[in-house]
Amino acid sequence: MNLFDQTIHLLKKEILLEWRSKYAFNGVLLYVVSTVFVCYMAFNLNQGFVDSQGYPLVWNVLFWVIILFASVNAIAKSFLQESKGRLLYYYAIAGPHAIILSKIIYNILLMTLLSILALIIYSVFFKNPTVDNLYYCITVLLGSISFSTVFTMISAIASKAGNNGTLMAILSFPVIIPVILLLIRLSKRAMDGLDRGLSTQDIVTLLAINVIVVATSLILFPFLWRD
Amino acid sequence: MKFIYQTWWKILAVVLVFYTLIAGLLFHVPTLPILHETIRNLYFHVPMWMAMFSVFFISVVFSIMYLNTGKEEYDLASVECVNTGMMFFVLGLVTGMMWAKYTWGEYWSNDPKQNSAAIAFLLYCAYVVLRNSIDEEQKRGKISSIYNIFAFPIMVVLIMVLPRMTDSLHPGNGGNPAFGKMDLDNRMRVVLYPAFIGWALIGVWIASIRYRIRLIEHKKNTIN
Repeated sequence: MNLFDQTIHLLKKEILLEWRSKYAFNGVLLYVVSTVFVCYMAFNLNQGFVDSQGYPLVWNVLFWVIILFASVNAIAKSFLQESKGRLLYYYAIAGPHAIILSKIIYNILLMTLLSILALIIYSVFFKNPTVDNLYYCITVLLGSISFSTVFTMISAIASKAGNNGTLMAILSFPVIIPVILLLIRLSKRAMDGLDRGLSTQDIVTLLAINVIVVATSLILFPFLWRD
Repeated sequence: MKFIYQTWWKILAVVLVFYTLIAGLLFHVPTLPILHETIRNLYFHVPMWMAMFSVFFISVVFSIMYLNTGKEEYDLASVECVNTGMMFFVLGLVTGMMWAKYTWGEYWSNDPKQNSAAIAFLLYCAYVVLRNSIDEEQKRGKISSIYNIFAFPIMVVLIMVLPRMTDSLHPGNGGNPAFGKMDLDNRMRVVLYPAFIGWALIGVWIASIRYRIRLIEHKKNTIN
């Protein structure tokens, strides 16, 4: 089988496994809902928060922080759930490129679905001040793609190094900070309904970072994988 | 690896650094508003980053060589290069902060360049933590090499690319003058370029000494 077929097969297997247990999806969805609800109650302790001047700013930043932590939790699982025997089996039937590609694509699908749902839930609890809704959604999509590509590689490294959550956070946050800064800036522009042409450069940078991360993952994963 | 045992480039490094110390403080510099004499910081701040980039780059090369061959020495060389690079990273940050105090008014003014440099520093701190979290030598070498190769392009993007796209106060970013053809006085180049080479060589020298110490320790600890 060539790379494409292998990737498709592995991707189908990931989706099938998830469909049967729905563990990652439901777990993270519940995580998002609880976080949003905690934020909702905590922020509404102070009267007049919604009408205050800083509300749109807080709305935007809080959303991205919730998505950030949800995606760390969702994607950290992607290599954690693989047992040693199963990895050995993959080694026998598929190439390392197919495995990392299928994981990245699966995580992108999962994160896209989750972040759109999260946006809807978030908008239910916190009044949505966004002007350019379509553009905000596109930013959220871009964000979930970027988080998936970065965290998949990091979780592969962390899983080889003893699988602890601390390591995952330490390794991923320096990498994700520039991405999340770009995303917050992009989404703030979408929120204020500024001209879309202003953001082209930022989108290109985000995509370039993604291409770099995917390329390095493809180059490095074969080395990481052999034990 | 014969290069690190030779003497000529170490003498060259010392001569160049002494030359830039004297010339950097005494030679003529253009008088510019705000900057005044702090422009001389260019000779001491920027070469720190050049030295850091050189040793980090060498460390990536050794990481790649380690992944290809699995020789323990390459891993030791790579980690010592990173350690040396982190020292130059701190020196670069500190010289930059001192300059910023006199020109921007604050040691740390939430400037994009400063912030991304701090994030890139965290990236390499994570490398050290990752190394210490694994006990098995070969596994540690392999995983930290992979992370090192992964971190280098991100560091370059953080320090060189992202601040250029925002309104940073740092020279060379946000439309500020720096190394452009018209901006840099030719008399300054005479000092600046030797400083680059000199400090980069000093960085390699420190890394090579650390590597040789590490190698002796490693040989002492191995069981024949």
